[in-house]
Amino acid sequence: MASTIRVRATANGDTTEVQALIQHPMDSGFVKDAQGQIIPPHFIQQLTFEHAGRAVFLADWGPAVSKDPYVKFSFKGGAKGDDLKISWVDNKGASDTTTAKIG
Amino acid sequence: MDHSLTRRLILQGAGSVALIGLGLSATPAFAAANDKYPEDAFKQKTGADAIKALYGKTAEASDKVKLDAPEIAENGAVVPIAVATTLANVTSISFFVSENPNALAASYVIPEGTTPAVANRLKMAKTCNVIAIVESGGKLYSATKEVKVTVGGCGG
Amino acid sequence: MRVRPILLSAAAALAMAALASIAASAVAAPDKVDPAADAKAFKKYFTDKFPKVKLEDFVNGPYSMNEDMRKQWQEKEEFPPYEFALEAGKEMFGKPFKNGKTYADCFPNGGIGIRQNYPYFDEKEGKVVTLELALNRCREANGEQPYSYVKDEMASLTAYMAYTSRGKPMDIKIPGDPRALEAYENGKRYFYTRRGQLNFSCATCHVQSPGERIRAEILAPAYGILNAMPIYRSEWNGMGTISRRFVSCNSQTRAVPLEPQSDEYRDLEYFLSYVANGLPIAGPGARP
Repeated sequence: MASTIRVRATANGDTTEVQALIQHPMDSGFVKDAQGQIIPPHFIQQLTFEHAGRAVFLADWGPAVSKDPYVKFSFKGGAKGDDLKISWVDNKGASDTTTAKIG
Repeated sequence: MDHSLTRRLILQGAGSVALIGLGLSATPAFAAANDKYPEDAFKQKTGADAIKALYGKTAEASDKVKLDAPEIAENGAVVPIAVATTLANVTSISFFVSENPNALAASYVIPEGTTPAVANRLKMAKTCNVIAIVESGGKLYSATKEVKVTVGGCGG
Repeated sequence: MRVRPILLSAAAALAMAALASIAASAVAAPDKVDPAADAKAFKKYFTDKFPKVKLEDFVNGPYSMNEDMRKQWQEKEEFPPYEFALEAGKEMFGKPFKNGKTYADCFPNGGIGIRQNYPYFDEKEGKVVTLELALNRCREANGEQPYSYVKDEMASLTAYMAYTSRGKPMDIKIPGDPRALEAYENGKRYFYTRRGQLNFSCATCHVQSPGERIRAEILAPAYGILNAMPIYRSEWNGMGTISRRFVSCNSQTRAVPLEPQSDEYRDLEYFLSYVANGLPIAGPGARP
């Protein structure tokens, strides 16, 4: 099964820019379906980015983050060819992880 | 608004179990120890209460916090919002949407070496203030911008 | 509310638009259809109305009309919301049918880089064939169930095919066949005819009021309006095809929506695509 995580990590001098787009409904728990029933909350709570064994970025998300969430940040260090590990956990306990190469 | 599922997971320690499962070191290498999911802060209604729950202090407005958000959101479900700052020793950046059912939208831990700037896409229920908080040197700084929302982002 | 002012000046502006089209075709006779002249007049109308918009930018709809919206769109285009549909489309396109054949077997050039040629007039059948229709015919010819014209599978497939044509100029042909001219003219007539409770024609919004607001939405110009299809709409929280847009547009103007791929819709797509000849394919796209 393909990962839900899409990453673009680019090294530019001594800084690596990271953009991630994740396939996830991020249901807030405030929306009703066609039958009038509340769609239960289903959203990513924590997202971590690791490089060389340490966390370079951590996100704590609530349901107000948009569907198919996106985030962009940069960190010092990271060279072309390095691994960048991304993982998430959602409120239902599901998770996904992927490792991308910095380009 | 049913957060009972979330509460159960946190109470059972499932959150930290999952984190350990991800291979993260038990001793975080960053100052603001936000490695625990701030469940309580996400439950608060107002921005002020959420900031207090998340950081335990209040913020002062600063023009060194640059908040980038549209004048009129094209759609409240996906509003691109970004923050950048020239402040030093930044350990945390977070976003609050004042009129959302729960003001705290997202909170980010900025470890040393990570640029204090984040871009993300948030849901806004209606026209209101978006507040960005930057924790720098242990103090909180904020920037606020009103974003008009014509089509609410919470569904329907 | 902008609705009333639009209606009041409706007659005037509509007449002007129609006149511009007729005047440009030199012969004001219903039996002389001149699509080339129409296209020229259509282009001139929009480039005159929006002198500051770069020609290829018209395909970006409301984003070519409003700076604040443009910024939000550009931010999202860095990592667009249609990314997943596009990937799914590529995978679907490459997957063989139960009989071993693939979509590539149904299309010229294996289906790659050909979206700008659709719709075309099929002289054997005597009707307009759109890309969505061709895809479902391909499926049926190979023993597969057709996809819904308004759901995700069709959107994913057309997203991938559009992507392989990105940047190529729209290139719709109208053969000398009188039935082709008739189909074109039918499409044009549909576009300019008022219908439904709100008594709007497509032109009311997209020729008369592009760049202005109808309630909270900024209206796109009709010129190049299909070039970015299929689109990820924030409003739909997902992808939508040309069929979906035509159906929902009818519903929104309180007109009776037609069946996807009905003759009128096919002809409408033919007309709209033809008058956008030369503008680049920009699909898949994102919209509010």
